[in-house]
Amino acid sequence: MGDVVTQLSLLLVSAVFVNNFVLARFLGVCPFLGVSKKVETATGMSMAVVFVMTLASVATWLVQKFILIPYEIEYLQTIAFILIIASLVQFVEMVIQKVSPVLYQSLGIFLPLITTNCAVLGVAIINIQKDYTFLSTTVHGFGASLGFALALVLFAGLRERLDLADIPRSFQGVAITLITAGLLSLSFMGFSGLVK
Amino acid sequence: MAEATEKGFRLLTRGLIKDNPTFRMVLGICSTLAVSNRMTNSLAMSLGTTFVIVSSSLSVSLLRNYIPKRVRMAVYTVIIATFVVCVDLYLKAFYPLISKQIGPYVGLIITNCIIMGRCESFASGNKPGPSILDGLGVGMGYSFSLILISAIREPLGFGTMMGYQVLGSWWTPWILMVMPPGAFLVLGLYIWVLRTIYPEKK
Repeated sequence: MGDVVTQLSLLLVSAVFVNNFVLARFLGVCPFLGVSKKVETATGMSMAVVFVMTLASVATWLVQKFILIPYEIEYLQTIAFILIIASLVQFVEMVIQKVSPVLYQSLGIFLPLITTNCAVLGVAIINIQKDYTFLSTTVHGFGASLGFALALVLFAGLRERLDLADIPRSFQGVAITLITAGLLSLSFMGFSGLVK
Repeated sequence: MAEATEKGFRLLTRGLIKDNPTFRMVLGICSTLAVSNRMTNSLAMSLGTTFVIVSSSLSVSLLRNYIPKRVRMAVYTVIIATFVVCVDLYLKAFYPLISKQIGPYVGLIITNCIIMGRCESFASGNKPGPSILDGLGVGMGYSFSLILISAIREPLGFGTMMGYQVLGSWWTPWILMVMPPGAFLVLGLYIWVLRTIYPEKK
């Protein structure tokens, strides 16, 4: 029992820091650059992503195990997963709208964007490729999304400061943003020895 | 006729520099950053993505009058996914090594926003001919940027090019270049250079 707990917590730490989805695996870079202008929107997006990514990990794992493998149609994996994610996002949107209009107000605009977030599909595919068990899948999905959230919020904080800095004109915008992302990624490499 | 040819040519070359999807519009950079550490991976990814862009543009353009507006995104996704699966299976069957190296990113072509963008903004309102050219142009622009980036990252990081040694033994591999930070830095520098040469029109 203790072994399982250690293993899972290692997996969580490695998903958040060492194999950070945005900075080490380049998954979800589009929203990472797109919605990181303000800390506030970044936080909203992060919450939505944590929610959807964890659910999507669980849902896709179940579908792979109980539908795709028994019927030997694994080659439909990509199509099946993207459809699951799309419908999951739609479903989550409806539920939140009904249950908590306040939460919907703050997450609402981010939810449709998540369908095209490659981090969600990425985590699903990686879970299957690494042959994770159900528990590991859940933990990995949650950890990966936490890592995404951490990177996004940190980065938004940096960008808010960048707005005030005096930057050469041709360097403004995307160029300086990417260089900053590079530096952030560099600092995250410091975690690489933490978990094997 | 001459006018039509010229128009076609413009569609084809527009994506290379002026509307380059990676450098100019900063779309679909997840895969750009991830696979550009080796030239062979870049080439495989470029061909795969270009194939998917062209075929899905063509399909969307052919079906454009039959797709209900309300569910068009879902329809596009399914069309794109179909072609992505083709590419994935092809790579697995004929180039297992490359398929292994690129790993999950082949499947992730599906979420490459360039493709969805072309389907939505061009193919859904144009005839098949121009749609193919447009898709090909954008695909070439994407490939061009991938090749440019890996042309810097692979020699500096491994001292090789397409797997062949190009820098002598005096060169100490600059590992950082093939690690994630290198990708961000190189792409950032390219965008900087490009925006200096071709300033953005306000």
